Amino acid sequence: MYKFILAFRYLFKRRISYLASLAVALCVFIVVIVMTVMTGLVDDYKQKNHKFTGDCVLTSDSLVGFGYYEDFLKILDKQDFIYAASPVIKSYAIITYPDSGRSRGLEIMGVEPASFSKATGFGQGLYYNKNDVTQAFSPSYNTKLDGCVLGIDIWISRDSRGKYQYSDPYKAAFVISSFPLTVKGALARAGAGEEKTGTFYYSDVSHSGLARVDGGMIYLAFDKAQQLCGMAGDFKRVNSIHIKFKEGLKVTEGCEKVADIWANYVAENKQQKHANLFDYVKIQSWKENRRSFIAAMEKEQKMMAMMFLFVGLTTVFVVFAVFYLIVNRKSKDIGILKSIGVSNFSIIYMYSLFAFLMGLMSSAIGSLAGWGVLLRMNDIENWLFVHFGFQLWDRSIYAIGDIPSKLEFNVLVTIVFSAILACMAGAFFPTFRAVRLRPIETLQVSQL
Amino acid sequence: MSEDKYLLEAKEIVKSYPLGVSKVEVLKGVDFSVAPGEFVAITGASGSGKSTLLHILGALDKPDQGLVNFQGKDIAKLSNGQMNKFRNHKIGFVFQFYHLLDELNVAENVYLPAMASSSLPGWFKIRGKAKKRAHQMLEKFGLSHRVKHKPYQLSGGERQRVAIARALMNEPVLLLADEPTGNLDSETGNGILKVFEELNKAGQTIIMVTHDDRIAQRASRIVVLADGKVEG
Repeated sequence: MYKFILAFRYLFKRRISYLASLAVALCVFIVVIVMTVMTGLVDDYKQKNHKFTGDCVLTSDSLVGFGYYEDFLKILDKQDFIYAASPVIKSYAIITYPDSGRSRGLEIMGVEPASFSKATGFGQGLYYNKNDVTQAFSPSYNTKLDGCVLGIDIWISRDSRGKYQYSDPYKAAFVISSFPLTVKGALARAGAGEEKTGTFYYSDVSHSGLARVDGGMIYLAFDKAQQLCGMAGDFKRVNSIHIKFKEGLKVTEGCEKVADIWANYVAENKQQKHANLFDYVKIQSWKENRRSFIAAMEKEQKMMAMMFLFVGLTTVFVVFAVFYLIVNRKSKDIGILKSIGVSNFSIIYMYSLFAFLMGLMSSAIGSLAGWGVLLRMNDIENWLFVHFGFQLWDRSIYAIGDIPSKLEFNVLVTIVFSAILACMAGAFFPTFRAVRLRPIETLQVSQL
Repeated sequence: MSEDKYLLEAKEIVKSYPLGVSKVEVLKGVDFSVAPGEFVAITGASGSGKSTLLHILGALDKPDQGLVNFQGKDIAKLSNGQMNKFRNHKIGFVFQFYHLLDELNVAENVYLPAMASSSLPGWFKIRGKAKKRAHQMLEKFGLSHRVKHKPYQLSGGERQRVAIARALMNEPVLLLADEPTGNLDSETGNGILKVFEELNKAGQTIIMVTHDDRIAQRASRIVVLADGKVEG
């Protein structure tokens, strides 16, 4: 019983304990906020990539693409685990703005808006045709014209709060020149019946939330893009098929199933003309497909976690130093307790309990304060912006809307657990050293 | 003499302490014994090893050589657990500087040894009895009005009386007192000595260390330490 009484009294009756608690609470507070924001950003970025890609992608390493995709799509359509599958053309092109004559290089994607919107988040990212994606490539001012959907940052600017300045769609033409490739991968010769250049009219914008996509991608109707890239004709080709699985199926399991079906399909068609193009096709989960983009963000998160590990280690050291002081100041108590027959184990238990209570109380305070700030994080930032022009990120540059502020339970538990552990580790070693002393050493007059 | 005659018997106790690269031999073969019910004063010049001997007798320190028999048993052979029980049940310590825990109030300091000897559920069983005994002792020592006070709110004499009450909480066979009046004025110190005399009359065995001959005279037997040995 004395262990509990003394542990509580050490915690609540000593000023130094309050200072130590404050140090731990502050560390927990900072780590909760930074890890929540960082985790939120990474999760948000992953989610956007997931939406952009769908669950699974069957894609060719080569810009030449692969053929016989239509039959494969029919097979996929019959599978009970497939929600949607959509063929996609991917290539590069030069876009010329007729009014200014200015040109720039961009990526083009040829998509079937209905199926692509089912397989990915494409439809949700449209502005004018969100409710009827089939009209994505039909300019509202003249539905007979060939439309194009521009990555939002190509066409619409943002204000300082990151809000896009939309206006009614107006007639704007873009000349798009691509680099059609033959089946063998050579540039198609002029006059070979391939259309290298086409004029497309602004019909909508696409907002994926991914800066690289929104700032450098133009979407065209599937058949138009196929023609422009030299993939139409007798031997029709695509670059990839984006797939979404039905609810409940794990992405990895779904990808394995698709890989099995694809392997069978390739085996059945290996005698076909240009079957060698199958060799470049791989089946990837959305994560694998977007690995090069996500990895950088994940690395950043890991580096952040590492940095906070060092902050954590510093905290452990601070707590260690504080406990060293507390225990040294209390070494007389240890001598007194030992003189009345208290065991070393009981003394270590008592100080560990003291450290545990301090860790628990401090992390509760730090977590609550962190949670409170997170709840109001965006309001605080908005207030700072209105009054002082301060922003964590310049919204006119970065594709970040609100600051992520959703407190993750797992992150919180990890932080609280680490804080308690740090306190207990900080208390253990000086206590262990003190209990190993003979009682009389701690009761010397010089120790008073 | 037979072992039964003595409550505690120390034989050929040798103890030295390191001092820089050399060693200071404090006790050089001390023989000492106490019979049940005795009130013995150990006296001697400063640095003669009085306190060191007391700490060895009370198992707060270990001798380099020699043995200490308590009720016929060699205390060096006790396991750690038995040693803790020995300190908790058989011995009561009173120190010169009281050594009370500042975080506990007077009553809690007194029944601390009872709490230390029982588990959490065990404490709830004996709690009433232990608190009652603590209050009785505090009343006996004239401290019933100080029960809820913290040690730092008490005078030196009051603190020492609390320390004595704590030492007696588990009804130890032997009370060891290390300069119990050393930090008190003569009047207050006299009050503490009266308490010891009364306890001894009631049958309590006491060993008291003091450097003051007048205080030592209050004991029933005086042992003088000189040059690391018992004189005479």
